[in-house]
Amino acid sequence: MRQDDLLWIAIGSLSDIPQRGARCVEHSGKVIAIFRSFEDEIFALEDICTNCDGPISQGIVSDRSVSCPICNWEIDLKNGQALGADVGQVQTYAIQRQEQDILLGLPLARGVA
Amino acid sequence: MKKKLVIVGNGMAPGRMLEYLFEKDPDVYDITIFNAEPRVNYNRLMLSPVLSGEKSYEDIITHNDDWYTDHGITLHKGARIAEIDRNARAVLSDTGIKAPYDKLVIATGSNPFIIPMPGHDLDGVLVYRDLDDVEHMLAAAKQGGSAVVIGGGLLGLEAAAGLKEQGMDVTVLHLMPTLMERQMDEASGHLLKEAMMERGIDILTNANSKTILERDGKVCGVELDNGTIIEASIVVMAVGIRPSIALAKEAGLACNRGIIVNDQMLTSDPDIYALGECVEHKEQCYGLVAPLYEMAAVLANDLLGQQAAYQGSVTATKLKVTGIDLYSAGDFAQGPDREEIVLRDATAGVYKRLVLKDNRIIGAVLYGETADGPWFFDQLKKGTDISQMRETLIFGQAYQGGAPLDPMEAVAALPDDAEICGCNGICKSTITTSITELGLSSLEEVRAHTKASASCGTCSNLVENLLELTLGDGYNPNATLPICPCSDHDHATIRKEIRRQGLKSIPAVLQALEWKSSTGCAKCRPALNYYLVADWPGDYEDDYQSRFINERVHANIQKDGTYSVVPRMWGGVTNAAELRAIADVVDKFDIPTVKVTGGQRIDLLGIEKQDLPAVWEDLGKVGFVSGQAYAKGLRTVKTCVGSDWCRFGTQDSTGLGIRIEKFCWGSWTPAKLKLAVSGCPRNCAEATCKDIGIICGQGGYDIQFAGAAGLDIHGTQSLGIVKSQDAVMEHVVALIQLYREEGHYLERIYKWAARVGVENIRQRIMDDADLRQQLYERFVYSQRFAQVDPWSERVSGKDKHEFNPMAVLKLEAAE
Repeated sequence: MRQDDLLWIAIGSLSDIPQRGARCVEHSGKVIAIFRSFEDEIFALEDICTNCDGPISQGIVSDRSVSCPICNWEIDLKNGQALGADVGQVQTYAIQRQEQDILLGLPLARGVA
Repeated sequence: MKKKLVIVGNGMAPGRMLEYLFEKDPDVYDITIFNAEPRVNYNRLMLSPVLSGEKSYEDIITHNDDWYTDHGITLHKGARIAEIDRNARAVLSDTGIKAPYDKLVIATGSNPFIIPMPGHDLDGVLVYRDLDDVEHMLAAAKQGGSAVVIGGGLLGLEAAAGLKEQGMDVTVLHLMPTLMERQMDEASGHLLKEAMMERGIDILTNANSKTILERDGKVCGVELDNGTIIEASIVVMAVGIRPSIALAKEAGLACNRGIIVNDQMLTSDPDIYALGECVEHKEQCYGLVAPLYEMAAVLANDLLGQQAAYQGSVTATKLKVTGIDLYSAGDFAQGPDREEIVLRDATAGVYKRLVLKDNRIIGAVLYGETADGPWFFDQLKKGTDISQMRETLIFGQAYQGGAPLDPMEAVAALPDDAEICGCNGICKSTITTSITELGLSSLEEVRAHTKASASCGTCSNLVENLLELTLGDGYNPNATLPICPCSDHDHATIRKEIRRQGLKSIPAVLQALEWKSSTGCAKCRPALNYYLVADWPGDYEDDYQSRFINERVHANIQKDGTYSVVPRMWGGVTNAAELRAIADVVDKFDIPTVKVTGGQRIDLLGIEKQDLPAVWEDLGKVGFVSGQAYAKGLRTVKTCVGSDWCRFGTQDSTGLGIRIEKFCWGSWTPAKLKLAVSGCPRNCAEATCKDIGIICGQGGYDIQFAGAAGLDIHGTQSLGIVKSQDAVMEHVVALIQLYREEGHYLERIYKWAARVGVENIRQRIMDDADLRQQLYERFVYSQRFAQVDPWSERVSGKDKHEFNPMAVLKLEAAE
């Protein structure tokens, strides 16, 4: 997706999210999990496990992965792929940090003129 | 350009054929599949577990959408082929899709046979063939009422058991005197009939159905030719299948009962193959899965121009009704040139019969005990001469060659297609092949890659035997296992080093013990956090991000992402004010399920995460604290009513239980810890299967420990008998502290005891008064930091971020 097809929305600051943890953002019926690693990298993934539909935001965050609290699948935070012998992918979203502010990139509903 | 392979039908036979094809050469054909059903390939054998509610559709999918995409297959779902144009070498679907082919495979399967009796086309008459049928039956079962199944064969009985399981009253009508007469003899058919009737299923044999009766355009019953009327809101016809040959016949291919094929699965047209249940080979049609797989292998080879010939199959049958074990194979009609060996054990409900001809097994019927079925079947297929083992043959494999086989040899002797994991349908060769080809060396790896033993786990031993068999000395189940892939150290070393080096934080442990990942993972971090909490009370600050979600938010996550809340009820005792508060909370927060737990308290299920603090606040007003039903820590102390009320009670078991619970609540332990106190040896609190149990008697208090009644079941072991309640407190607390200090994370007390020795623990707690006192004091010190009610902390605002979304976006506002 081209960057200018995205609508960037400020959702809060880095300190809102615990290190090695996640918070959720609700957006038109969907829940997007915003993860913060130990190195303060941030990632945005849909809060639905590819295997069991469980809320991955509630899982334990490792270096750059999270383990689903319901089924224990390990999901790569960078690309949403299931790790290990399992196969599947969680939807990821564009996200960026400007200083302490976190911006979530949502695909525009309408085409841009 | 690749040759075009078109397949009509997407059942198990073509699915397996494609697997063979891709294994050998994935790139020869451009593949298109037409499936009349609107879905991907699923395991039709598992429809009965879906009907009985033991599995869901998702559980029985063999190839999902991704599999088709990954293999470049074009799959047209819900598209039935209307015509084969052999001159143009193309097929045309009823949805208007035309596809040319170089090679065509017809795999149209079979159709359920419907007896054309009056009323057969009424609303409510069903067949049992595919997932749509199962869904129809499940929908009908929801309405309750009664069902009639016409046909007492394999499918009919599985359908009957499933419908009964779904709560319907079920009657099976069978034309013949014996159930499953094609697979069973009279004696085993009788046992089967009794077993079905014991489950509350009515069986009528010699029952000739005449008419299906109607009321308001719907089924209301079945009338037999002797005038008997059986009421029913649905009728399931399961009287057999007929190869589905209409399409082939229309195209002018040679057909008899099925589509006629040669040993290479070719029809009368050299470019058209047929496969599966629609096929007739040497005047035989097959309806079981094993022959279809054999055909699939031959066809895959022929498509690749390799030599292969289908020789026909001998078949074995297993009934998939939980709790009824039945196995039959081969031919067991009586005849002058045949002999038989029969074993009956009326008490155990066992019946076994082998039919022999020229010293070879040609048929086997097993009822009640079927473990030897695959072995008998293997001897049958191989044509083994059994004259040397004739005396003991009927007792099965274990009794051949002198001493009984040890489990390892028994596993070694299993045929390759023997099913090891019943939950996931994994056979022996799948497991051994994965072990060799993928280089697997542990039970966990086999589970991850094959799913064998990953569901209920009862076949774990068999899988471990296969590992040992395949890897020989390369498999060492007792090797000290690293805590997780982040580290080479095992739990014992890590616990020792944390104390020896005085490591007091997770980063310090990771650094000092040379962790291979930067922050640790979901396996090692909760363990490290526990070890630090247990070893450094007052010094170590609990790392909540290293706790599993339940312990982080102090509630139990449920499969739908909601939570359950269990307030503490000391010793299982409650009162009107507490119950009223619970009732009010249930009303106020619209809590869908309220359930009494096995630990004598009340579980409120289905609470949204953001409501948790408000729920706790209301519960806290009458004095409720967290029951820690989520904790690797003290859960419950179950009690009986004891001497206060019970005419047999010798001591105040309720009071003692409450005293222990009030002393020990809040403590973290390696795994969950459940206690019980019974007031007399009748043991109504079931103390002898708990982690720690106390049985009060006239002469003193019998302290028991290391019981289990979950995945494993073990009675407790005796720790010792003490004289007073104070002594009970001292000994029980010292035991808990010893376990806290020595247990590995997630190791229940019975596993810890097995590892370090029951006698070893008994001596230290019972005989060493100094050690006991020190342990007691260390526990008391640690409780100073642990006994804080987590619910009231969070009502007061702790960890607010856990319970609220970070942001709720409204796009209109942002634009």
